[in-house]
Amino acid sequence: MNKHHVSMSVNGDPVEILCETQQTLLDCLRDELYLTGTKEGCSTGDCGACSVTLNGRLVCSCLVLGVEANGCDVQTIEGIGSEKTLHPLQKTFLEEAALQCGVCTPGFIVAAKSLLDEKPNPSEEEIRYWLAGNLCRCTGYDKIIKAVIKAAKIMREENEQRTNRRAN
Amino acid sequence: MHQMNFAAPKTVAGAVKLLVQNKGRSKVIAGGTDLLVQLRMGKIKPGIIIDIKNIKEANQITIEKNGVRIGAAVSGAVVGEHESIKRNWPGVVEALELIGSTQIQGRASLGGNLCNGSPAADSVPALIANEAICRIAGPNGKRDIKVQNFVKSPSKTILKRDEILTSLFLPDKPNKSSSAYLRLIPRTEMDIAVVGVAASLTLDENNKCLDAIICLGAVAPKATVVKTAKKILVGKKINNDSLATLGMACEDTCDPINDTRGTIAYRTKVAGVLAKRAVQIAHTRILEKANL
Ligand code: FES
Ligand code: FES
Repeated sequence: MNKHHVSMSVNGDPVEILCETQQTLLDCLRDELYLTGTKEGCSTGDCGACSVTLNGRLVCSCLVLGVEANGCDVQTIEGIGSEKTLHPLQKTFLEEAALQCGVCTPGFIVAAKSLLDEKPNPSEEEIRYWLAGNLCRCTGYDKIIKAVIKAAKIMREENEQRTNRRAN
Repeated sequence: MHQMNFAAPKTVAGAVKLLVQNKGRSKVIAGGTDLLVQLRMGKIKPGIIIDIKNIKEANQITIEKNGVRIGAAVSGAVVGEHESIKRNWPGVVEALELIGSTQIQGRASLGGNLCNGSPAADSVPALIANEAICRIAGPNGKRDIKVQNFVKSPSKTILKRDEILTSLFLPDKPNKSSSAYLRLIPRTEMDIAVVGVAASLTLDENNKCLDAIICLGAVAPKATVVKTAKKILVGKKINNDSLATLGMACEDTCDPINDTRGTIAYRTKVAGVLAKRAVQIAHTRILEKANL
């Protein structure tokens, strides 16, 4: 088998792995780096459970080859929040009960974060369109959308506080 | 598991050399959103995958003297953020952006959509209506060919096995021009066109039609230009009369399949309706531009 040497940055940490051509970035994250937060739902780009950002762009990691990520910056769910301090999205997903089985949740949070980082105050419609590639078999979506709207508000307030603090 | 290699050449010449060496056993990857699915399903078993995203020409947008050149592997997200492409070729941008989810947009490309040769590809009718030109590289150098002549039949293109599509060129339009793309799918997102219609329209100083190209998708084995559209619209105002005639001409052009997502009669009828609406949208866009 042909093994490729891939070096990339994952959540800010430089990593080196060996992978085969057909291994997707999703396979590499889960099986080589043991970062199992990123989930596999369909492996055909339909469900969004495997969402990560690649050089800042939201992508399905099941539709990217591991070798294609060579030299890239990858951000996964493991890079969002910490055990002690949850990210606002993680907090509001819990508060709004925006998850049941949880398989879709990492993908939703990664995708929602990439929207809110670019657009702090999206409309409900914009959120729904942005997340159209993330499927959830449990919640019926409304709670997820509510959680994202609520998190957006918290993130805006936090941002404002930060700017005010800097100004003082 | 079969042996599969991977290469990411930095130049067109490097990519062509690999294609020649591998004699048809290679697959070119741009965004990979279709290719990886085909690989996984075992539909294709290439000996080597050649990534063209490290080739500058294939992955950049350049404004040229008479138009804009979009690298074949540039993602939909990047094209959709390009102000002058959005302004001058709105039909191309809206067609490309209809493909898949936000995640898919981060990877999927115009080149990939075209090379797949799907009769329902959203961006292809829009490219044809805007008279886009493919730049192809091979062992004997470059050649340019109209997008309209690129796809031969479902999944078959004119690309030879040692050639790659490197970029797409959109020629500049006269001032009073615009375009639009509409498609019908059973839901609002994430589906494949039952019918797609692209319209590109140019008006004269009296707002009469100076030029019009209508291209239909998903209603024939490949994207199809409505040949009589020019004759019907040129010299006329865009109004209910001229549009009604156009709608009928579009219906006549259809040669669709019957399947679970749409019957022949339904697809044919919808093609006419969407064509009228697409022309109206392009028309409105021209007038709005003029009022700015
Ligand atoms: S696992 Fe990647 S989109 Fe479903
Ligand atoms: S919580 Fe189960 S799929 Fe979304």
